[in-house]
Amino acid sequence: MYELTGVSKHYTRGKDTVRALDDVDLTIADGDRLVIQGPTGGGKSTLLQMLGALDRPTSGRIVLDGTDLAALPEARLTRVRSENIGFVFQSFNLIPTLTAQENVETALVPLGVKAKQRRERAAEALASVGLAERLAHLPAEMSGGQQQRVAIARALVKRPKVLLADEPTGNLDESTRDEIMDVLDRLWKELGLTFVMVTHDSALARQAPRLATLRKGRITVRENAAT
Amino acid sequence: MFFTYLRRELRRRRKAALVVASGLALGIALVIIVDSVSAGMGKAQDRVLQSLYGLGTDMTVTKAASAPTSSDRPRFRFDAQEDGDDAEQSTDHVMVQGFQTLAATTVDKVAAQSGVADAVGGLSLQVVKVSGEFTRGRFQQGGSGGTEQGGPGAQPGGPGMRVEGGGADFDVDSHTVYGTDVTRPELGPLTSSALTDGRTFKASETDAAVAVADAAYAQKKELKTGDKITVKGTEFTLVGIATADSGDAAADLYIPLSRAQTLADAKDKITTIYVKATDSQRIDSVKTAIQKNVPDTTVTTSADLAETVSGSLSTASSLAEGVGRWLSGLVLATAFLVAGLLTSSAVSRRVREFGTLKALGWRSRRVTGQVVGEAVVSGLIGGALGIALGLAGAYAVTAVSPTLQAQLGGGSGGGQGGPASLGGGGGGGGFAGPGRQAAARTLDVALTAPVSVTTIALAVGLAVAGGLVAGAFGGWRASRLRPADALRRVE
Ligand SMILES: Nc1ncnc2c1ncn2[C@@H]1O[C@H](COP(=O)(O)OP(=O)(O)O)[C@@H](O)[C@H]1O
Ligand SMILES: [Mg+2]
Repeated sequence: MYELTGVSKHYTRGKDTVRALDDVDLTIADGDRLVIQGPTGGGKSTLLQMLGALDRPTSGRIVLDGTDLAALPEARLTRVRSENIGFVFQSFNLIPTLTAQENVETALVPLGVKAKQRRERAAEALASVGLAERLAHLPAEMSGGQQQRVAIARALVKRPKVLLADEPTGNLDESTRDEIMDVLDRLWKELGLTFVMVTHDSALARQAPRLATLRKGRITVRENAAT
Repeated sequence: MFFTYLRRELRRRRKAALVVASGLALGIALVIIVDSVSAGMGKAQDRVLQSLYGLGTDMTVTKAASAPTSSDRPRFRFDAQEDGDDAEQSTDHVMVQGFQTLAATTVDKVAAQSGVADAVGGLSLQVVKVSGEFTRGRFQQGGSGGTEQGGPGAQPGGPGMRVEGGGADFDVDSHTVYGTDVTRPELGPLTSSALTDGRTFKASETDAAVAVADAAYAQKKELKTGDKITVKGTEFTLVGIATADSGDAAADLYIPLSRAQTLADAKDKITTIYVKATDSQRIDSVKTAIQKNVPDTTVTTSADLAETVSGSLSTASSLAEGVGRWLSGLVLATAFLVAGLLTSSAVSRRVREFGTLKALGWRSRRVTGQVVGEAVVSGLIGGALGIALGLAGAYAVTAVSPTLQAQLGGGSGGGQGGPASLGGGGGGGGFAGPGRQAAARTLDVALTAPVSVTTIALAVGLAVAGGLVAGAFGGWRASRLRPADALRRVE
């Protein structure tokens, strides 16, 4: 359960100050699925960074299950990330020199999982996204859709509470896009995740039960009665 | 995961790792070569000094320098012969080397000084043998006959006059003889030679007409053990042949000291005392004590002698010490810097990768450790390459064994130094001053490049240090990356 109150994030570049997030209030219930859209530079990625404990806001509170992330030191934020948050990025962000299985294992490294167990859990996670046959493949040896599935397996192998996806289909062609969305939706339901996704796909946005729009750092949230 | 990741990175980004490694390799190879060549120079110098002193000698005592008296100069007398008489004549002139002697009793005085473990005296002689035919020349001018004596290498006496048929055909042969104290074989120049044939002197042979020849001289003169050698009318039996460790012996012939004294007409005289100190750390104080308590002497330590070494050996030696060290230091520093910058730029190309790991919850320390680990392993690979390259270089130097020349003693004998020239009646004594037995000699020494364990340890240390320096650059950069960099769009 996220409770954001008065969250602002300002970037200063020389004399200019960019208000990437401007006084954002937002509540996301456990197991909820929130879609965020908006123009480029609107602050979508910045909001995801705040939710994912990647960075602290300039002001405001970001309470996750009773803990204010805005007030935590870096070491504690690192722990929150390793235990509770799964990320999926637009450009997959796999380690190019590691195999699919090893890439998934990297998510278990900070949790101190033993090597043997790590390998087993990574293989399981890859099987759950339909890549049981690709354990030893390098990212460069896989298609974009397959790489994004490896990234999803990496995000979910540690059983996080929250899944954050920043334009997960942005680098994929149309047919693969649906495939990835199906995988994400299925896992969201299966694992009972709190799922926040940024997308440019207006069709996807239209279907979303709950839709947030970010423009110049300001947020508007719309509940979709149709679903 | 640490090692898997590290291994994968190094294998799949081989080129980058190799660039870092080969830079370090070059620096480390240079350090090894310079280090081993310097060690080789040191060895060569030791060998030069040892060939003069013998093993175990810490210093020599000689008579203090003073101008040689002209009466000491050698003079040769030959009678020109009648035509048709081509009998060979020969004469030996035996001179004390350096023309300066000490009383034999000085040995005991030196031995009595504190810090002196042992002292042995010896007499160095120079024997010049001139042999050949000398015939009278004849003046030839028109009808006026008359003969006059023509000197060796006759010159026209004046206008219209020529000397014909006169002249000389002779050899000047010079060799050195060392009178050794046969009762004290443990010290002196013979200790740096190994007996290769026959035997050495017996302690009882204090006045025996026996000799030991240096192998090089024996070969030149085709001498064998058992041969007879005549020096100034005395016949010596060759009992043994000794080979100098350095290839350059202190003397051509060794004979018992008192025989040498008789030959040179120098009863109870010696030229050099070989001194062994009780403690090699106290050589300077022993030197001071001898100079103070035994008047009219010059004490020369190996350190003093080393300073007088000149020629290509010392040039090369100072080159290795100066330019070589400086250059290898510079190359190494550059390699460190380049390795650091390359590692650092490799990190900036992997900003998103490291940002992603941090976003996954990897602690900053772990990411930094990964970068440092990669750099250290690159450094070690560079070290291994460098050691291989350095060993190959040092081996090549040893295989080629370039010859260096060492000149000893020249120019520091208080005005009477200078290169040795046989003063066959020329200007003043042409030998460098006393204080250097066999003064102003030129020795050929082969240069080797021995690689010591210390050098290898140094190389490994440098490799690790290079890796750590590179890792520090990259690690610092990696530690400053923010997890939010994982979302950075452009690389
Ligand atoms: N690290 C940063 N430094 C400076 N400005 C930034 C940084 N990250 C984002 N911004 C700025 O903040 C604004 C919001 O960016 P972002 O959240 O990436 O937008 P979106 O994801 O909606 O395209 C943009 O104007 C962007 O230029
Ligand atoms: Mg964005």
